[in-house]
Amino acid sequence: MLLEPRKHTPLWMTISAPIIAVVIVLILCGGLIAWAGAPLLDSYIALFVGAFGSKFALAETFVRATPLILTGLAAAVAFRAKLWNIGGEGQLYMGALATTYFGTGLITLPPALMIPFLFIVGAIAGGLLLLVPALLKTRLKVDEVVTTLLLNFVVLLLANYLLFGPWKDPLAMGWPQGAPVIDEGILPNLVAKTRLHAGLIFSLVAALFIWLLMTKTKWGLEIRAVGNNQDAARFAGISINKTIIRTALISGGLAACAGVTEVAGTKEYLTLDISPGFGYTGIAVAMLAGLNPLAVIISALFIAGIFNGADSMSRAMDVSNYIADVITAASLLLVMLSVMLTRMRIRWN
Amino acid sequence: MSQAETVLRVEQITKKFGDLVANDAISFSLGKGKVLSLLGENGAGKTTLMNIIFGHYTADGGHIEVFGKQLDARSPAEAIGLGVGMVHQHFTLGDNLTVLENIILGTESFRSHRQDIKGALAKLDQLSEEFGLAINPNALVKDLTVGEKQRVEILKALFRGARILILDEPTAVLTPQESEQLFDTLRDMVSRGLSVIFISHKLNEVMSIADDIAVLRHGKLVAAFPIEDASKELIAEKMVGEAIDPPKREPLAIGATVLGLSDISVQDEEGVSLLKNVSLDVHRHEIIGMAGVSGNGQKPLSDLISGTLSPQNGTFTLAGEKIEKFDPHLMVEKGVGRVPEDRHHEGVVGDFSVEENLVLENYRSPQFSTRGWLKASAIKEHANKLIRMFDIRGAAPETTVRGLSGGNMQKVILARILENEPDLILANQPTRGLDVGAATFVHEQLLKARSRGAGILLISEDLEELMAVSDRIVVMYHGQLSNPMQVEDVSVQQLGLLMSGEGFASPESEESAHVA
Repeated sequence: MLLEPRKHTPLWMTISAPIIAVVIVLILCGGLIAWAGAPLLDSYIALFVGAFGSKFALAETFVRATPLILTGLAAAVAFRAKLWNIGGEGQLYMGALATTYFGTGLITLPPALMIPFLFIVGAIAGGLLLLVPALLKTRLKVDEVVTTLLLNFVVLLLANYLLFGPWKDPLAMGWPQGAPVIDEGILPNLVAKTRLHAGLIFSLVAALFIWLLMTKTKWGLEIRAVGNNQDAARFAGISINKTIIRTALISGGLAACAGVTEVAGTKEYLTLDISPGFGYTGIAVAMLAGLNPLAVIISALFIAGIFNGADSMSRAMDVSNYIADVITAASLLLVMLSVMLTRMRIRWN
Repeated sequence: MSQAETVLRVEQITKKFGDLVANDAISFSLGKGKVLSLLGENGAGKTTLMNIIFGHYTADGGHIEVFGKQLDARSPAEAIGLGVGMVHQHFTLGDNLTVLENIILGTESFRSHRQDIKGALAKLDQLSEEFGLAINPNALVKDLTVGEKQRVEILKALFRGARILILDEPTAVLTPQESEQLFDTLRDMVSRGLSVIFISHKLNEVMSIADDIAVLRHGKLVAAFPIEDASKELIAEKMVGEAIDPPKREPLAIGATVLGLSDISVQDEEGVSLLKNVSLDVHRHEIIGMAGVSGNGQKPLSDLISGTLSPQNGTFTLAGEKIEKFDPHLMVEKGVGRVPEDRHHEGVVGDFSVEENLVLENYRSPQFSTRGWLKASAIKEHANKLIRMFDIRGAAPETTVRGLSGGNMQKVILARILENEPDLILANQPTRGLDVGAATFVHEQLLKARSRGAGILLISEDLEELMAVSDRIVVMYHGQLSNPMQVEDVSVQQLGLLMSGEGFASPESEESAHVA
């Protein structure tokens, strides 16, 4: 068995491959649902309705996709430069911590300034967090996979300490949560009676901006060159270290913005469960999107939809909501496999 | 073909890669105790054909017979089983294993935990003696010279019972003296009834060793004749398809010094000396050819001029200006055009398009970007212009460079540097792996730059190339540089002796002799 690269990929294949993959996932997971004793067709209808079937469901899917787009972009940018940033979760919490520190009364500005201010301080906090592993990598050749991953726990424990200690909101009846973000800093609601907030618009603009950055600018050229062939990039006179540091600041900043949207948009105050692993899921989002910033939007919507849909399916059909995790994981694997098969063909000898 | 028992018969072998016909109905046969030389330019289909015989590829049509048995060759194991051995151009040895371990690797049974070391050793001893391939079986492969490593590869094939040996450009990495030694071994082998397929594009060698000659061009067998009917001119013509004139080097008076190296020394991180007190001047209107077996210090010297390495001692001047900071971008700005040794590794970003690779060194200039934004149309126009000027075939500005042939990839690199009219050109192995046509193009471009007033340092292992285009020649050995010699005053034999260290001060200690 051999894999050979394809010279041309027909358009129908590019479009149909992920769809076929999802169908296969639904068939495979059908066995699991049947095993759990629920009717198959009704379950999948419940899944679809739960993800996209109503104004409320659609809004929830967008709410969930918002931080995933941002952490997905963070991973996409970093991985393009072969900077293996596994620390999206920690950077997200840095953004959340910065939002809480500056956004709960320390500074009061009119909303038109307050909201950009929160994104800026959040992004700086996340960028600085990733700067540490980036400097260790460029100066001392320390593997960033290890340092970024471990920093996640450091930041999470810091958040734990702050929320159980000095930052604990006295009005929260003993719950470990931060003070609410002041009204000027709250991201405006987009659709009445839903949780959909302006963070979605921010993340869509960010995706467009990152796409422009990667394809139309000098920095983008440098990031791609360093990631694709570091030796040739160095030989051509591109500074590898400068590019990696710059990439780290952009990537860390993007992941931190996901923390800002969650604290100032979705939740309106900091808790220890604002992120069910958005930082890690962002890696899957980016991989699924083939590191393309615009495809990150679709891939984030897909994963958010599966999560929400499977969640509501499990409630409606009374099956374990672990099935949601299985569907998500299986979709990721099979969609990635299908995307690979559009680029390669298998030859049987 | 000569009268002898046929050991290998190739009939109507055809192999297609997409639209490209790599082998088009090729037929030939190999006699017992004969050396068949397979000639052709790069991309003519030699390696594809050998990979089919050895089982790496499956042919789309035709069949192969070895000692009268049909060879389906779906795997190298089957080819080896029938007595076909191959010595690849790039060695396939484990550096951290001993010679013996390398040789028995893969011959042991999967299901048995026993190793018959003693038996293997005896067999190896007998083979080395029989074919005059002396080697210490317990030496680590990483401590061997290139010539010795090749001997291990040959022994590996013989150990597996090879009666037909395929050698893919075996002399590319050897000094002339080592090549002579290899030829003695090969002559010894054929006199004992082995048969050899010898792939090369060095005509002198072919004339001295081959019994039969087969020439491939564009995937077709265009000529096959016994050596008695061959001449160098005839073979060259068959290979290229037309007679090619060697480039003419008009005499020019040399100009001012563009590159001055004085007492340059470089040590690696462990303190091993890579360059020892190297001094050299390159002037305008001259090409300095640097000969030497690969790994004798050419790489650090080329890195130095490329700006990716700094010297510990000595002075480095460009057009009289002393360079203190070694940085690739600075070198480009100071007018150094650099053709790196390994195109794929340092020359191009493989997944980038032609247009992106063409601006890789100067995308920062206002011509191609403003305030951080790339000027897409200017970059495309620039690419279109250079593709026309340098005749980069099969390329549009958007084409991914990875898909280009070696020659066209080299043209992309040449176009990128020559367009800036550099004062100094460093060309490290610029024609390695290129066919005659593409190599001639590179030579013409270098000579054109020389006429324009550039100084050129040409590093090559191909002595014929160096003799053809250089004004002066220096030899590098163990990090030391010989005195420059006028090309008219030296012979290939003299260069060969210098390349093997004759006439160089012997290194003070053994470690310092190991050069990366």
